[in-house]
Amino acid sequence: MGVLPAPIEELLNTALVAELTVVDDRGRPVTHPLIPLYDGERIYLTSSVLFSRKLEHIKDNGKVSLSISDPNAVKVERFRRATIQGDAIVDDADLHSGWERVLPIWRQKEPAIDFFLGKRVALPLFFERGVIEIRPRRAFLWADGRTDVAPQVFELVGAGR
Amino acid sequence: MTAPTELLGRIEGNFTHAVIAFLDHEGYPMSVATGFTIVPERGVVVLDAVAGAEASPPLDREVNVVFSHIRPQPGIGYDERRYISLWGTLHKTDGHLELVPERTQHWDEQEMSFFEFSERGVPQARRYMDRLSAETGTSVRPRLSTGWLFLRATRLPFLSATFVPVALGVAVAALDGHWHWALAILTLIAASCVHLGLNVANDVFDTLSGADAANVNPTQFSGGSRVILYGLLSLRQMVALMLGFYAVGAGIGLYLAISRGFWPLFGIGLAGLFISVFYTAPPFRFVHRGIGEICVFLGFGPIMTIGAYFVQAKAWSWEAIYASLPVAILIALVLYVNEVPDRPGDAKAGKRTLPVRWTKPTVIAVYAGSAATAFALILIGAITGAIARPTIIALAAIPLALPVYRGLQEFYESPYQLMPRMGKGVQLHMATGLLLVVGYVIAIIASHNITNPPFFLR
Repeated sequence: MGVLPAPIEELLNTALVAELTVVDDRGRPVTHPLIPLYDGERIYLTSSVLFSRKLEHIKDNGKVSLSISDPNAVKVERFRRATIQGDAIVDDADLHSGWERVLPIWRQKEPAIDFFLGKRVALPLFFERGVIEIRPRRAFLWADGRTDVAPQVFELVGAGR
Repeated sequence: MTAPTELLGRIEGNFTHAVIAFLDHEGYPMSVATGFTIVPERGVVVLDAVAGAEASPPLDREVNVVFSHIRPQPGIGYDERRYISLWGTLHKTDGHLELVPERTQHWDEQEMSFFEFSERGVPQARRYMDRLSAETGTSVRPRLSTGWLFLRATRLPFLSATFVPVALGVAVAALDGHWHWALAILTLIAASCVHLGLNVANDVFDTLSGADAANVNPTQFSGGSRVILYGLLSLRQMVALMLGFYAVGAGIGLYLAISRGFWPLFGIGLAGLFISVFYTAPPFRFVHRGIGEICVFLGFGPIMTIGAYFVQAKAWSWEAIYASLPVAILIALVLYVNEVPDRPGDAKAGKRTLPVRWTKPTVIAVYAGSAATAFALILIGAITGAIARPTIIALAAIPLALPVYRGLQEFYESPYQLMPRMGKGVQLHMATGLLLVVGYVIAIIASHNITNPPFFLR
């Protein structure tokens, strides 16, 4: 049992893509589709240095949200949607191999990653990656995916600490 | 940036839902999915209203509306990645929310390959690592293992371009009764060093001219090694590597010249070195002037073959020169085809290669004509006895030319679809060259084992 409600955990564990929203240097929301990875406590996303503006934004302002919204990208019995707000940090202490700690979870969702990793010589910068770690603070669940109905709200302050 | 109205036209039918992202009263981003309709003639996105105080987007400040799509591929991951991101202020109308986009950002991997998308991110990657270096006080650079880095920096697999003409020169000499295996190996090492020096020099000078940075469509056959551009090696390290290769190549070349005939081999070596260095280096920069193909033709054809022949035989040979012509044409065509995807970057950097100067029909016609000439030379040479007759087997490589020709016709504007055909061009050169060598080996075996070999084995 993790820090998030079970229906949201199930979404996180199967979602192939989620929308990460960060705050840019002018205080505006910027959203990036990424693969969410979850270990029961924190949510992890990785980003290549090639697309590292989001890492810079998070370093300046760690407030983020993650939305799981795409019915094509999740495999759950009853479709639902969720958004998780949280505080994020960037781990870029070892861009070369630090992110490999989340590779086992990543591999479960995208087995082809091992093939691409084998071609590292062809894509060296793609595999220089930072890890975004999100500590959830609040979660919203739309039980049947309909957002014209108010969501269930879960306060998670203290979760994942 | 695409005009919003044009971009809006691409949304309907390509995405199932929208995600509205905004900042809540605590400054946290909030994102919520909803349905949408596009009204392209008004340049408006109409979004379904969202329920719940915390999930309802504000009307008084900028929001980000994102459309994102993937297609899951079970057991692999996903493909068909695309997204469109719009920014603007929402207006409430008839229970809906309307957005007139003020800023946009998008990517569709079917329009722009992931490789190009990544290449366009290289400056950001360098900025990020530079900033991290400044923050941590240590140099943060991308890494590859030494072996992979050496392979990448030198473009080692392209040494086939050197192996073929050297082997051919040695084979022609062997048929003439001259065979010194140690000298053959030394010749191959010297020629390989000059070739690797050229590859590294190419990167050094293409970095300095801006050609590599301007090229966002590199392939495994074109666009350089990019080790400097990516920060894997510094310019200084690459210059040192270049000088090292040239020094070893020149040193062995000098030894061979002293021991096998100074002035002829010194002249051949000097010509090869001159072409190699000034291929991309100022002041001549041959490849910038549209004569890169001629340089490659000479350097990886007659110069290497006659050089290898002379080292073995201490004499000149018209046959060696003739035998080198087909492989010289085919290696020049490898460069020629590889320059096709580099056109935009080369043009920006003032590198006026033939594909930059010529139209698509001209480029393709010249390819076909040149490839046909290469095989006509083999046919005529083998029939007339200008080269060993068994070399006619090299005509078996002709079918490899067809995919390259068709690839140019079909994928002239699609670098990554052209890439496998570029690989076929490399195979065409290698297969033709090796079959020519095999032809000579057959002739050598026949001459040693049959007292009076039939004409087709001579």
